[in-house]
Amino acid sequence: MLAWTLYVSFAGAAVLACLPRRRAAAARWLALGVALLGAVFALAGVSEHKPGAGLETITRLPWIPFLGADYHLAVDGISVTLILLTAVAAVAGILFSWNIEERVPAFFAFYLALIGGVYGVFLSCDLLLLFVFYEIAIIPKYFLIAIWGSTRKEYGAMKLALYSFGGSALVLVGIIAAFVVAAQQTGVATFSIEALSRVAFPAAFQRWAFPVVFVGFAILAGLWPFHTWAPTGHVAAPTGASMLLAGVVMKLGAYGCLRVAMGLFPAGLEVWRGAFAVLAVVGIVYGALAALVQRDFKFVIGYSSVSHMGFVLLGLMTLNEIGVSGAVLQMFSHGVIAGLLFGVVGRMVYDRTHTRDLSELEGLRLSRALPFAAVTFVIASAASMGLPGFSGFVAELQVLVGSWRAFPAAALVAGVGIVVGVAYLLRALQSAFFTDDPGFAGGAGVAVGSGSRGVLGSVSMPERVGAVLLMAVTLAVGLYPRWLLDWIVPAVHSMLEGLGRGGVS
Amino acid sequence: MNDGVPILTAMTLTPWIGGCLLVGLGARHRSLARGVGLGVSLITLALGFLAWAGFDPGEGGMQWVERHSWIPGLGVEYVVGVDGLGLAMVALTVLLVPMALLVSWTLTERVPLYFGLVLWLEAGLIGTFTALNFFHWFLFWELCLIPAFFLIRLWGGPDRGSAATQFFVYTMAGSVALLLAFLALFLATGTFDFGRLAELGGRGGWAARFEENLDWGGVSGSTLARLVFLGAFLGFAVKVPVMPFHTWLPSAYAEAPTGTTMLLTGAMSKMGVYGILRILIPLFGAEARALLAPLLWLAVAGGVIAAATAFAQRDLKRMFAYSSVNHLAYCLLGIFAAVGAGGEAGRLDPERSMALGGVVVQMFNHGITAAALFAFVAFLEQRSGGRRGIEDFGGLRRRVPVFCGLMGAAVFASLGLPGLSGFVGEFMIFKGSFALEPAAAATAALGLLLTAVFLLTFLHRVFHGPLNPRWAGMADLGGRELLAVVPAMALMLVIGVVPQALLGVLKATVTRWVGDWGP
Amino acid sequence: MSGAPYLDMLRWLAPEVLLAVTAGVVLFVDLGLARSRPLQFRSRLAGGLTVLGMLAGLAWLCQVPIVARWGGGILALGPLTSVVKGVLVGLTVLTVLIAMGSDPPPHVGEFYALMVLATVGMCLMVSSREMLMIFLALELTSLCLYVLTAFQPRNPGAVRAALQYFLFGSVASAFLLFGFSLWYGLCGSTGLADVAAALRARGLDPLAGVALVMVITGLGFKVAAVPFHLWAPETYRGAPTPVAALIAAGSKVASFVLLAQVLGVGLDAVAGSAAWGGWRSGWMPVAAVLAVGSMAWGNLAALVQDDVKRLLAYSAIAHGGYLIVGLFAVVQPADHGLGVSAMVYYLATYGLTLVGAFGVISVLERQGVGSRFADLAGLSRRSPLLAGCWLVLLLSLAGIPPLAGFFGKFYVFTMAVAAGGGDLGLLWLVVVAILFSAVSLYYYLKALKPVFVQPPTASAAPLRITLTEGIALGVIVAAVVLLGVLPGWIVDGVLEAVQAQSWLSN
Repeated sequence: MLAWTLYVSFAGAAVLACLPRRRAAAARWLALGVALLGAVFALAGVSEHKPGAGLETITRLPWIPFLGADYHLAVDGISVTLILLTAVAAVAGILFSWNIEERVPAFFAFYLALIGGVYGVFLSCDLLLLFVFYEIAIIPKYFLIAIWGSTRKEYGAMKLALYSFGGSALVLVGIIAAFVVAAQQTGVATFSIEALSRVAFPAAFQRWAFPVVFVGFAILAGLWPFHTWAPTGHVAAPTGASMLLAGVVMKLGAYGCLRVAMGLFPAGLEVWRGAFAVLAVVGIVYGALAALVQRDFKFVIGYSSVSHMGFVLLGLMTLNEIGVSGAVLQMFSHGVIAGLLFGVVGRMVYDRTHTRDLSELEGLRLSRALPFAAVTFVIASAASMGLPGFSGFVAELQVLVGSWRAFPAAALVAGVGIVVGVAYLLRALQSAFFTDDPGFAGGAGVAVGSGSRGVLGSVSMPERVGAVLLMAVTLAVGLYPRWLLDWIVPAVHSMLEGLGRGGVS
Repeated sequence: MNDGVPILTAMTLTPWIGGCLLVGLGARHRSLARGVGLGVSLITLALGFLAWAGFDPGEGGMQWVERHSWIPGLGVEYVVGVDGLGLAMVALTVLLVPMALLVSWTLTERVPLYFGLVLWLEAGLIGTFTALNFFHWFLFWELCLIPAFFLIRLWGGPDRGSAATQFFVYTMAGSVALLLAFLALFLATGTFDFGRLAELGGRGGWAARFEENLDWGGVSGSTLARLVFLGAFLGFAVKVPVMPFHTWLPSAYAEAPTGTTMLLTGAMSKMGVYGILRILIPLFGAEARALLAPLLWLAVAGGVIAAATAFAQRDLKRMFAYSSVNHLAYCLLGIFAAVGAGGEAGRLDPERSMALGGVVVQMFNHGITAAALFAFVAFLEQRSGGRRGIEDFGGLRRRVPVFCGLMGAAVFASLGLPGLSGFVGEFMIFKGSFALEPAAAATAALGLLLTAVFLLTFLHRVFHGPLNPRWAGMADLGGRELLAVVPAMALMLVIGVVPQALLGVLKATVTRWVGDWGP
Repeated sequence: MSGAPYLDMLRWLAPEVLLAVTAGVVLFVDLGLARSRPLQFRSRLAGGLTVLGMLAGLAWLCQVPIVARWGGGILALGPLTSVVKGVLVGLTVLTVLIAMGSDPPPHVGEFYALMVLATVGMCLMVSSREMLMIFLALELTSLCLYVLTAFQPRNPGAVRAALQYFLFGSVASAFLLFGFSLWYGLCGSTGLADVAAALRARGLDPLAGVALVMVITGLGFKVAAVPFHLWAPETYRGAPTPVAALIAAGSKVASFVLLAQVLGVGLDAVAGSAAWGGWRSGWMPVAAVLAVGSMAWGNLAALVQDDVKRLLAYSAIAHGGYLIVGLFAVVQPADHGLGVSAMVYYLATYGLTLVGAFGVISVLERQGVGSRFADLAGLSRRSPLLAGCWLVLLLSLAGIPPLAGFFGKFYVFTMAVAAGGGDLGLLWLVVVAILFSAVSLYYYLKALKPVFVQPPTASAAPLRITLTEGIALGVIVAAVVLLGVLPGWIVDGVLEAVQAQSWLSN
């Protein structure tokens, strides 16, 4: 059932690629339909998978027998969580892209192809298959940004594509090396992630293979200092694409780090753990500080993504059940929250005001002109700050606990990062929405959205639905995280057991 | 006896739902919003009466307890309950909110949003005062911030932007320190439940437990315990506030719309002291005792300095703001004095009970009194078109006698005149503290003196002397305004004359504390 | 030696004979019967006949198994050779289909006949393990290609390109011949197997070394490896587009197979080693240097190109580098089968992709669109089908899954690493290859960007694709996609064939 999410997305992309340019409305509804169908399949498939059931195979067909690569799709609790995230983000992203006017069918074709690739990565249990889906996702990203983007779109698109491709080049080196070494060690040529995780690669080999593969994936996850593509790329991208990029695609990198780099090379992980934890924490603080000084609203959110992904990577490095579960939960939570933030900044504000400069926005009194956007951004900021009641709090709490145990100093620095996070979000919130109009104490009624830009259109229905969907999800997970944790924790537990056997203390 | 009855959850949910309804209303429905808001707050008040009535004064532990499993993997449960302290604080909150709403009746801009935010603040406050597991206690603690932020930001005075931001960021920074401290505790024990944590580590057990469970390369268990304690203390210190973490307060109180300031000073400031009583001391008694001298003198010095600073203020709201800091410093004096003497079981128990009892009484009374004082300042502002400098008025006694009479009474209550509520709390604290920590108590008494000076000066400048011709046409208190302040005034009188009304529910709780916070 | 069994030879070389006959028929029909007809008609006729003949040859190859060894290696035929010849003929068929769509050249009959003859030469190149035969076949192919390159006499670029190609090619042939003659001197026989035996006996002494260098130089020219690549960019740009396709695809495939056979059959004794930390002199280090140079120079030079044809030329040089890496896998006995299948797969799909790319360019040229990037602006609007083909083909060259180009690179690199032994001696070479391959995405995206991102210029009219071009491009794109997703279709066939006949000395 879960595999249908994949097929449906690619089929939808193929159909949309053939639609002529003028059929914009048909394209939108088709894309939405496909995304909803994918979400239905995702939910149905997820309900079939019992929490704590371990890795369950969905499909396994021989694909390239002479290399031992199978078409092997399987899920465990971690994949399930991320598939749900993709489903939600896909629907919301399409809703927020409702106003695209140029070449609509092509836009949604690329969009659905990207989503299909993402589903594929989360479903794959074969290393070659995972890599194939991982790479498939790169080209739609390039075109989505280069054609429909804004600020410096061609530069941003190229930078993003090249960094992603460079990262996957590193991963490819690791994959080939691992395959060859495993084949020579065990006599069996296979690409199955399960099987390769059980192979005890030589320690010297792991010592270089792990950082190569980890960095390869971590580039896409926005590890400092390889993160520079992220703010540029996300800002250049159209809103729906930014939501998907920051929300889901960065999680591909983190997922790869967890499943492939950590899963295959535990001894190497043990050696490099501390170094990457330090980089993660630097990313948390650097991202937050950079966000604090940005003049462009969207750049604030772009850097905040780098900061939040730092939490994910820190959580992964703690190697205890609570920290790693927190990292996975943070992947889900940030995916939803980033979607909300970009939705407000890109779609609700920028598409109407055509400016993202905070000092220009200050004069526009958006809290009156776009009240729905203001409320949504307040909620999104609260969630992003890690206020309790929203999903980010539980996730960051778990990562901090895990970090306290493993790297106490890192937890303290991360705490500082949280406070800076509060500061930059407040700054953006105030500048963009709640600036110093004369105040209610003295001011007479001010014309709605007055200023040289005239009246701003109110927030449309697709945007409202998308925003409400995302807000509901982050609230639900924040108040009742068990829904996801029941899946995540057993999966993390068995993964850590496996790592322990491989030599991680 | 009354466990399992979800009255506390109802009291938390009612204003929350009311707030949701109001926030969704369009800005035009002013009267409807006011009516709904007041109505909901009165329903919550009624629920509060029920809770009070059903409370068993002879029982020192938690009552009205509800317990549900929530996130077992993290040791998180939904647990609520009140003892004497909690009940007093909840009562204070449900009393203050209708008052604050009545005072804010004249607001014209975005009324439904304002009333909705106040109700959400109420929900957050009640939640904080009833939660018994760190997770959702922290949730409500943080959730108070958002309505307060917006209340200051949207309806505040000219400098509201930086006041609101400072308020939010400072409090969050303190909260993060608190969070980190509790995560360390969780790591050592696997639970977030306050009761369990107190049992496990309260009597100096943290040092051993940390050494056992948190292997942090070389840092000794007791040092770690103290660091964690300081982290938690920081979180509360920002909220009380303790000098020097108080700098957010004067601007926030001054810039907030005065109806909101009533809640800030009346209820929100109590969150800090409540936290210290409910969480900090039961969990970290031994560490507090170890660091007692600096903490005690920090509190006392802060109190005296605050009083002196109040004296120098020209803006009435700032003056009363600093006065708040001063009054709460007495609470801290009482707490730390009682903690410090816990070295020997049984010794000085009556004095400790007296001090602690006085602390809770002072919390309640100060809440009522300070709120009333700010209400009166609001009335002044509403009549003077926003002016609230101490020099702006004069001789108002002739023009608005009822106003002056009632405000004078409130001032005297704040001073600690016997016969009014303020005296009871301060008397009990000082009587107890003099026996426990004479030097500190004596120094703190300076604050009493200074308070008397500036309050009397205030009375003189504003009410006495020649009538400032500008206010020749000032109107006296109207029906709504009387309705807002008279119940508070009545309480001040009743508690002053019959303190048993309040002390009754506290006695058992305080006795239990004195027993539990031993060596 | 007894009299050559001519009848047998005819049977063994039936496909080549069929092709040669086709060439003759085409010439006859065009020059004799259709001379007075309009050029367009003549082109279609000649092209049609060519395609028919070649399809007949292809059918023969598929249906009739040909196994033969004759003359001490003059002819060495087997299932693997048939597979490779099938690929070559198939590529040429597609090229002819493309040529049929473009503007007809002035001498139609000669044009198509030369193409066929060049193909005959390529087929013979891969059928032999004997130096003279190899040389003859090589010269046949090269001469045909030189002439074809000059086939637009009014275009000075074409003439210059042809001259350059001819001069370089002749020098390279001279080197090759000299090297071959030195080998003959070493062992007294012209068969590669005898050379192998002699080298095994003497090891790598100076004479053998010089011969080795000369042979590699000569062959290196044919595959356009650095530093023997200088002819490639000019030739690809100057030659008529179908001819460029033939050079880039067919000739390259044949040359690489030849190189593999020469190295595998003859030179294992002087292989040396290019492993990291285990450098020993022989042809392997030389090959490693050639590979690195080709990948580096090809990719880096391509970064700054703004003409599509030159871009493809430099990309071809780079891909040559990747293929040289693949040679390491071929010559290892342990993984020989897999290594051969990797090379054949890569060559076949690469050839297809390049024919397709030049096909797209040919379609554009016919309708007046230049080959600079700026000229491609807005192609997605003018002809979505063509833009789609261009996208698939360039992404395949870049190595994006699930296209054939990705799998080819992946497979070849994996086999090369496996060939390096348990200590991953050749991993460094593959790392270099992968990194340069990552760099290449930049220029492929640069070539794709104007097509999709930029709007068309004011005068842009929709573009048309003729039937033959459409068939060719359709087949190619479908193959690139399907073979990328299900590579087993080719690889399984090759693995079977290798069981019966390998490229190693036996």
